[in-house]
Amino acid sequence: MPHLLEIVGINKSFGATQVLKTCTLAVDPSETVVLIGPSGSGKSTLLRCVNLLETVDSGDIFFEGENITRARRTAHLLRRQIGMVFQNFELFAHLSAAENVMLAPVKILGVSRADAHDIAIDLLRKVQIPEKADAFPDELSGGQQQRVAIARALAMRPKLMLYDEPTSALDPEMIREVLDVMATLSAEGMTSIVVTHEMGFARRAADRIVFMEHGEIIESAPSDQFFGGTVNDRTRRFLDQILH
Amino acid sequence: MSIELVLKYLTSPNFLRGAEMTLLLTLAALVFGILIGLVLALIQESQTRIGTVVTVAYLWLFRGTPVLFQIIFIYNVLPSFGIRLSAFVCAVLALSLNEGAYMAEILRSGLQAVKKGQRTAGLALGMTGTQMLRYVVIPQAARIVLPPIGNQMIGMLKLSALVSVIAVEELLLVANQAASADFRYFEALTAAGIYYLAMTTVFMGLQIVMEIVLDPKKRRGMRRLSLTDRMLRTSKILAVR
Repeated sequence: MPHLLEIVGINKSFGATQVLKTCTLAVDPSETVVLIGPSGSGKSTLLRCVNLLETVDSGDIFFEGENITRARRTAHLLRRQIGMVFQNFELFAHLSAAENVMLAPVKILGVSRADAHDIAIDLLRKVQIPEKADAFPDELSGGQQQRVAIARALAMRPKLMLYDEPTSALDPEMIREVLDVMATLSAEGMTSIVVTHEMGFARRAADRIVFMEHGEIIESAPSDQFFGGTVNDRTRRFLDQILH
Repeated sequence: MSIELVLKYLTSPNFLRGAEMTLLLTLAALVFGILIGLVLALIQESQTRIGTVVTVAYLWLFRGTPVLFQIIFIYNVLPSFGIRLSAFVCAVLALSLNEGAYMAEILRSGLQAVKKGQRTAGLALGMTGTQMLRYVVIPQAARIVLPPIGNQMIGMLKLSALVSVIAVEELLLVANQAASADFRYFEALTAAGIYYLAMTTVFMGLQIVMEIVLDPKKRRGMRRLSLTDRMLRTSKILAVR
């Protein structure tokens, strides 16, 4: 099967610091890849390069076999096929939960408000909060906001979901509800790349674990192999740190 | 003080025309001021070096000199360059150019108050830059800039009195002329004051309405009210049965 996403030897520097060093990664349809590594290792930047929120200095990125690396003018068309979820949720503060989900289908795809509303309610049901459809972001808990954010991304029927530390800003008791939604989506075959420190989620939902450090992809292994213990020394040191 | 005379001034065509002129000056200067301000704010937003230089120079010039100076300058100096404009056009021009400088700062603060993450979220959904500005940034910025723009609206109403120095027949000039003709300062100025307060009241009401329109939660509150209203009505119908 052809890869859905293929990243080939990309490099990226911010000023004098090189944040991505010849990173290569392929993601197959329906696969869930969990990206782990210490802070500042370039995980988020790698994710943002995928939907062209960051431009790479060299290397290539292929989406469905097409080289998208330098497609700056059509970046918005690519992004319609790739959903993204942020650490700080970033729900639109002036819109209710349902309107947040409806905005892109209505304004970008030209779906009627009535149809978009039905889609929104369905998706809010999927993320387990249909009763909060009329609530505004500041009336929702962090976990609820993040689930609405997932619904908002799903409303564009993306082929790939990118999660950028989706539970890092959450109180511990709310992490589970968000991870459950993500795990369900993955189990249903949504192709996903997840930057997270939640090893429990990685163990449960990931098909493959990728470990990054200092801008390099150190290791990329199927999750059973990864958790089976046959890992690289640097990966092991990191795992020992985060697992205490 | 003679109340009848105040009423006579209030209803006199001269005062009415003066008040109309004040209102017209204010609205024209606000509309052009907001347009100039929006252009300046968007130029600054785009963060090009030449754009920054142009806007900073503009702000420096128009915030750095008195409005009265600008009015007199435009009215008296432009003709020597062969540009002949009516006193009214000069007045609107001076007030708009001045207002634009203040509006630019207000609108810029509104645009900047919408965090970068909100813009990124819009782009990540597949919006173009224009769509992102229109559906994500501007609706949020509008709510933020409304109170300071309300200030500017009321400020402009009062500022417009300054153009009496170039003989634009606005409210204060009319009142002053009437007063000195009849030697009834108290009555004439009271009548003008009542007009000013009436217009200010309308502007304040307008601001409150705009704040409700732009605040989705207050809007929803009104919907809820009508819902309870509806429920009350149904309960009444039930009671009749």
